[in-house]
Formats: sequence, C-alpha cells, structure tokens
Amino acid sequence: MTGASRTLLAFAAFAVILAIAPMVFASGTSVTMMSVMGVMIIFALSYNMLLGETGLLSFGHAVYYGLAGFFAAHAMNLARQQGLPVPLPVIPLVGGVAGLFFGVLFGAVSTRRAGTVFAMITLGLGELVSAFALLMRTFFGGEDGISTNRAKLLPVFGYKFGPQIQIYYLIAIWCFVCVALMYAITRTPLGRMCNAVRDNPERAEFVGYSAQRVRFIAFSLSATFAGVAGALSAINFELMNSHAAGAGQSGAVLLMTYVGGVGQFIGPIIGAVLITFLQTSLSDVTKAWMLYFGLLFIGVVLFAPGGISGWLALHAPLVRGGRIFRLAPAYALAALPFAALFVGMVLLIELSYHMLVDAASEGTKTSVFHIAMDGASAPPWIATVVLLVGGVLGLRAVWPKIGDAWAAATEPTGGEA
Amino acid sequence: MLEIITFSTLNGVLYGMLLFMMASGLTLIFSMMGVLNFAHASFYMIGAYFGFEISRRIGFWPGFVVAPLLVGGVGALIERFGLRRVHGYGHVAELLFTFGLAFVIEELVNMFWGRLPVDYRVPPSLDFVAFKLFDTTYPAYRMFMLATAVAMFVFLILILKRTRVGLIIQAALTHPNMVAMLGHDVPTVFMLVFGVGAALAGLAGVIAGPALVTQPSMAGLLGPILFVVIVVGGLGSLTGAFLASLLIGLVQTFAVAINGSLFDLIGPTATTIFGELGSVTVAQIAPILPYLLLVVVLIVRPTGLFGNRET
Repeated sequence: MTGASRTLLAFAAFAVILAIAPMVFASGTSVTMMSVMGVMIIFALSYNMLLGETGLLSFGHAVYYGLAGFFAAHAMNLARQQGLPVPLPVIPLVGGVAGLFFGVLFGAVSTRRAGTVFAMITLGLGELVSAFALLMRTFFGGEDGISTNRAKLLPVFGYKFGPQIQIYYLIAIWCFVCVALMYAITRTPLGRMCNAVRDNPERAEFVGYSAQRVRFIAFSLSATFAGVAGALSAINFELMNSHAAGAGQSGAVLLMTYVGGVGQFIGPIIGAVLITFLQTSLSDVTKAWMLYFGLLFIGVVLFAPGGISGWLALHAPLVRGGRIFRLAPAYALAALPFAALFVGMVLLIELSYHMLVDAASEGTKTSVFHIAMDGASAPPWIATVVLLVGGVLGLRAVWPKIGDAWAAATEPTGGEA
Repeated sequence: MLEIITFSTLNGVLYGMLLFMMASGLTLIFSMMGVLNFAHASFYMIGAYFGFEISRRIGFWPGFVVAPLLVGGVGALIERFGLRRVHGYGHVAELLFTFGLAFVIEELVNMFWGRLPVDYRVPPSLDFVAFKLFDTTYPAYRMFMLATAVAMFVFLILILKRTRVGLIIQAALTHPNMVAMLGHDVPTVFMLVFGVGAALAGLAGVIAGPALVTQPSMAGLLGPILFVVIVVGGLGSLTGAFLASLLIGLVQTFAVAINGSLFDLIGPTATTIFGELGSVTVAQIAPILPYLLLVVVLIVRPTGLFGNRET
C-alpha cells in the first residue's frame, strides 16, 4: 500500500468515526463532550503547527482562540439583531478571519525571534490581552462574558442548529475540513520549510528562505485555525468569557498537544480527545482532578517525551514486521508493578485529599475505587505504601527485561527502531 | 504629592528588592542550565506557606530560618531527581517539566492549606510603627523586609565575587564543560545553585507572606512578573535583573498611586478617541504595565537591557 492511499484510508476512517460516533455514544453528555473534542482537536492541531512543525513554543495561543470567539459571538448577535441573512455554518469563517488578523498583527512582532524570546513575547502578549479583556467591558463583557444564541440565525435546509446533535455535526464537518487542510499544509513546501526552520534555521537561511518569514506565515496560519476553533467554541457554548483567552486555556492546549505527542500529526488529536475526556469525566470522579493533570503532564515529560503518539510510533516498525508479540511477555510482566504503582498513587492522592480537605465536614470515612475505608485507620495507608514501594521495586526489576525484549525484537532488522 | 512620591519610592524599592531576591536565583539558574524555571515563583509560595505553618506552631523567627532551608532542600531534590532526568531531552522538555511542576505545587498547596488566603501575621516583635512622615506611618515590618532583602543581596554578591564557590559558579555559567574538565563536579554545582535559588525565593516568600496575601494564587500572579524582570534585564545578567527589578517595582507602585485617566488629562475627547479605554485610570492598568514593557523591550532589543544572549 502506498503512502498516499494509506493517507486517504486514514482520512476516510476519520470521517466514518466522526459520522458514527454520536450513534455509538448517543447520550446527551457524550454528544456534548464529543462536540468539545472536535473543537479541541482543531485547537490542538493548530498549536502543533507552531510547537511540533515549526518548533515555536507559545504560551499565549489561547489569545487567538479567545479573541476569535468573541468576534464570532458578536457576529452572531449582530446578524440576529440586524436580521442579516447569515447562516450559522459560516460563522467559523468570521473566527478564522479574526484569528488571522490578530495572528498577522501579533505574529509580526513575536516571530522575529524563535526560542525563549518567542516564548516570552507570547507569554507577555497573552497576559496583555487577558488584562485588556477585563478593562474593555463592552466588548468582552467583563466577568460574565458575552452570551449569544445560535438558534436564531438563518436556517440552512431547515436546520436551525438548536439541538446539540446538529451542532455536533457542524463541528464535525469543520473539524474534518480543518484537519485535512492542516495535514495538507504539512505536505506543502511551506510545511517542509517549517520543519527546516525548526531543525536548523541557519541552514534554512543559507538555502535562501527567511526563517522569520516562514515562522510568521506558520504563526498566522496557526492563529487562523485557532480562530476557527474559538468560533466553534462560541457556537457550542453560546457563551464567551475572557478566560477563553487566558493563560489557563493556553496551558490546556499545551498540555493536550504535548501529552498527545508533537512528533506525529495524529498526536494532538489523541491528546485533545484524551484530555477533554479526562476533563469531563475525572472532575465527576475525583475532586483532585487538577492534580492528576499536573502529574500526567510531568509523567509524560519525564518518561515519554514523544507523548502518547511518539510511544506508539516506536512500536510501528515492530507491528509492520510482525514482531510485536515478542514484546508481549515483557510488557505483561511490567503491567503488574505498573498497575500497583498507579493504584498506590491514586490511593495516596485520594486519601490525602479526603483527610486534608473533606474530613472536617464529612468524617474520616471515604471510598476509593468503590472500596469503603477509614482514612484515620492504618490499613489503607499501609496498603498505599506497600503498593507504591512494591510498584517501584517491581518496575526497577523488570525494566532491564523490557530492554532485552526490545533488543531481541529489533535486532534482526538492524536496529530499525 | 511629596508624600506620595516618598512612600511610592520606598514601597517600589521594597517590591523591587523582593522581586530581585527571586529574579537573582531565576537568572542564575537560567544562565547555568538554560532552563527558564516556571516553578520558581512556586518556591516563593511554598516558602510563604512553610513560614506560615512554622510560625503558627513555633514562632515567626524559627520559620524565618528553617522555611527557606526546607524550600532549598525541596529545590535541590527537584533538580536532582526531576530536572536532571529531563535534561537530555532538550530545553523545551525542561521548561515544560517546570511548567507542570508549578501546576502540581499549586494543587498541592490547595490541598494542604485550602483555596482561601491563610492568616499569616506579622510577628508581634516587628508589629510597630517605624517612623512617621507627613502624617503617614510606615510599618517596621516593611523596613525589616527591606533590610533582609538588602542583606541577601550583599551576601549573594560576596559569595559570587569573593569566594571559591562563587568563582566556580561564574566559570560554570559560561564554560560548564571546561569547568568539568578541571575536575569540578558541575552537576552538583547545578544542584547547589538550584537549591540556593529556591531557598532565596523561599526566603522572599517567608518575609513577603505576612505583608502581602498568602494564598494559592500568589505564585501564578508573581511568576510571569519574574519572567518580565529577567527578560527585560537581559537573560543571565545579574546587574540587569537587579535594575529591572527596581524598575518594575517602581513602575508598578507609582502606577497604582496615580488615580488619573486620559479622560482627566485631555477631557471628553479621550473617550471619543479611545472609547472605554479613555476613562481607564493609570492605577487600573498598573498590572499590565510590566507586560507592555516586556513586549516593547523584546521588540526593540531582544537581548534585554543588559543581556548579550538571546536563548
């Protein structure tokens, strides 16, 4: 199978997944969650145009997402008040144009340098914009934000976009188009030059390209797609507030992209889906969910710098060579201490959280993994320590075995992995 | 008017010196390891919380001594078992590690001490009026903060310029490989600098905690300002960090004291030209002035005021 047909197959699979997902997960909450996932996929991929493709670490990407969201919300309100014949599906274009405008404006000043200077300028711009958002109350609506109504625009083929399922398909179509476009960009000479500027800006300059201009174009395009995502978010929630442009949102997109993996195109998609899922579901399960996010992020940075997709990609040659089963015994061996360590960590966090925060109001009794336990008694804590210590010692013991298994699995192909 | 100028200058210098206590460690760490430590302000925060916890149980003065040492120990451990691991993956991974760390520390503080500000008080031995000028009193605790910050500054300069360790640190700033060749244990020097930097930030937290508010968002509020300081001063330059600290301290305190707006200055035309922004007071934009300064400086002079390197 050639590369091109494999890509086509992947995109066809992506389209099918987008189309049938709401039939498989039909409940209201899952459709809402999947709508957010679609928005975040666009946002995270647009961020990876900077971080992964061009090597630019930005701490203010939410600026374009948030500002475009506000423009989209105002455009929807304006269209409704003036009775303009604007259908809802074109509103993301407004966001894209707004994102492009601010991308060009701020990109001109920030992309003159790469590296730390770029990161610091984006940080400063991000703080500036979120501070301005609180000062300009008519446009940004202060703490409350700007609310809008998506169902009051011109209907398209009878669809008024009131029900969430219609919004899901609107987002899904935009998501597919944006993903395809962003993938296409990576295959153009521009996409290749972005990689060149990331890897060796000096050499790229000698070949005759201005590294600054390449960064600027990548930045503007990335802001455009972030703007589309912001507009879709405004449509989805019918509300935009200044937090959407703030440091928290910029950190979230960095988290998604990095956890998913910056080295593969699919990485940010995995990250966006996983983190959105965790954001929605973890906060129902545990009150310490923010802590788990931080630890997940640190864990990925420490142990899997390529992210989830990077880790998967390591195994791709083995899968193709049909050797993946040779790793299975070693992985199975590692699974036990890994699970022990994981359960021990969760126990530690949940017990500590309960004793420190909730014990005063709810008493010392709690339940973790549906097992009732008393935080004031010794057994749960002993179990925690045993699991943690056992997990660490176990992992240290099996680690060399994984190395051996890798060596055995990859050896005959001449170190392909 | 003179009154405002005098007190704003005093407070500005004080704030600037506090900033410098943190910025000095941050800029040293940056120039040695190339790591912009996002968690540096978190050390400041845990310093304040450790100080609060110790002062609540034993007293302010034991906390004043012990809390910074504890924070320094935490910092050294983080360098040894966290940062050193990621070092091989490059600067972006290191930066992201500290980014995640800042997040985790804030959540841990939330967990241990709650989301509301804690009651970290000025010790009774320092709770009196230092002097009275133009009918306004100035608390002794602020003078104590200023004295501590200046003493730390002198101590740091002496260590760096007059001791053998300082000599090795200075050499390791620019030529780490050469210093390692000469038989010095550079990783340990790194750990030491990271620990001392964390301890300095912790000390700043211990003394700033009672005067400002000790709350879980204090790191998030201060962290970006610290970056502004070291970037505006020039990455890796101690002199630059010192002057930029004072500059930002003074700019912010003076801006807060000025309650005028464009509307007051040029009348109603301000609102017709600038809309809502015309009636925004200088005091209201005080929090964003550092970032404005950052963006302007980086555009005009990417190396910062006193720096000679960009990355």
